[in-house]
Amino acid sequence: MIAQNIGFWIIAVLMIVAALRVVTTNNVVHAALWLVVVLAGAAGQYILLAAEFVAITQVLVYIGAVMVLFLFGTMLTRARIGAESDLNNSYKKLGIPVGLIMLVAMGLALTRSFGAEKLPDSAKVVSTQEVSDQIFGPYLLPFWALSFVLLAAVVGAIVLARKD
Amino acid sequence: MSPLLAEIPYWGESLFRVLGGLVAVLLPAGTIVYVFLFKMMSFMQSRLGPMEAGPYGSMQLFAEVGKWLQKEDIVPERADARIFKMAPIIVLLSTFLLVVVVPFGPDALFTDLETGIFYALAVSSISVLGILIAGWSSANKYSLLGGLRAAGQLIAYELPMVLAVIGVVIQAGTMNLQKIVVAQNSGSMFGIDAVGHPYLISQFVGFVIFMIAIQAELTQAPFDMPIAESELVSGYMTEYSGFRFLIFFIGEFATAGVFAMIASVLFLGGWGVPFSWFGWTSIDEVDNWMNFAGPLIMFTKMMLIVFIIMWIRFSYPRLREDQLQRFAWKGLIPVALANIMVTSILKVVF
Repeated sequence: MIAQNIGFWIIAVLMIVAALRVVTTNNVVHAALWLVVVLAGAAGQYILLAAEFVAITQVLVYIGAVMVLFLFGTMLTRARIGAESDLNNSYKKLGIPVGLIMLVAMGLALTRSFGAEKLPDSAKVVSTQEVSDQIFGPYLLPFWALSFVLLAAVVGAIVLARKD
Repeated sequence: MSPLLAEIPYWGESLFRVLGGLVAVLLPAGTIVYVFLFKMMSFMQSRLGPMEAGPYGSMQLFAEVGKWLQKEDIVPERADARIFKMAPIIVLLSTFLLVVVVPFGPDALFTDLETGIFYALAVSSISVLGILIAGWSSANKYSLLGGLRAAGQLIAYELPMVLAVIGVVIQAGTMNLQKIVVAQNSGSMFGIDAVGHPYLISQFVGFVIFMIAIQAELTQAPFDMPIAESELVSGYMTEYSGFRFLIFFIGEFATAGVFAMIASVLFLGGWGVPFSWFGWTSIDEVDNWMNFAGPLIMFTKMMLIVFIIMWIRFSYPRLREDQLQRFAWKGLIPVALANIMVTSILKVVF
């Protein structure tokens, strides 16, 4: 696993730098592009974990759809070239405790469920069939719940956007 | 499968792959530009096209490339220079990432991803990012409008494309492009082995939707609103000149070639011929010479599909922006969904 570990650290450092640039850069579009680097790094980490399907979904959904819509929205409304001074607001400090709470919560969830369990040395590529067997088998209820949340979001967007 | 590359060391194999990738991207792009853009368009308009450089103007392309390379690399004063320079490279990068999964023969392939077609659809959407930031960083309202139009169009037509592909995936039972090729060539239709089972026939609706969607994804007329020279100068490319424009230009036609290759893999049987012609029953029995004949067969099918794309491009006037969006969301997507439903019902019944 040594090659994967080196790959992990290179990508992880890159992601951390890019994530810091997302919140420190003074241009909206630059922030969005740094976020693309973070999301692409996450896709790279999935590939190192031999999770091909999840990695490609990450690229398709986050880079191909979410970030494009993000950029589309900001360019349509306000996206000047050059530095902007009014990007920070008074809730800036609140981000630090929220980030810490998320870190602790996710770290706890991971260590509680996996503990000292290690990945096998020669990780086998997880096939799409296995992924779908899991989603439509034991994880069907969470999957339904998630799609319900998404449906609610779509309906909400339509309600907000319709004038009559 | 005979081990064609067994004696070559890893670095040699990698070099071979890089060179192969360059050939697989640049050769179709050059051929498409010369055969279709220069010659076919000219003949359709009752003129000769380029005739001076080389026999029948066949060296015209090298003259054009030389011209572009000599031009000054201009960045507008108020543009965001770093992103402005990065944008064309992102567009070309997505083309190179795309060609990686296309199989050209039983062993002649770059990588054999289990999720091949899914990967292709994912990386093809990266080019939207390049086009958007090209439009934004030019600091030009025509460029920005072109970029926004391009993004809106590519998002709208990516959906019917994905949905059309799902029909093929259901029928083949796999997302691996190599296995999709094998499934088409080892199948039979109406009990006749000699024709194989090209999904062009059984997935005809999917094929038509896929062709319309790639026409729009490649921003070829009648879907060329992002460029729309009579409205937007030349859209997101307005401020580009010299070799950065050349990269956009190569990217456009190379992507046309790669999308045509993917279409021929999905619907026309890719590199293969019906296996029953030579008595093969599975991919392991396919003879070694198919590694050399396969790319040629693939190239022929690609040219056939690009011919259809270009034929439509030179024949129809541009749609209006709202017609374009309505056509995708109200026309193509419902038909594609119905196609998936019918395909899956038939798959379960038979």
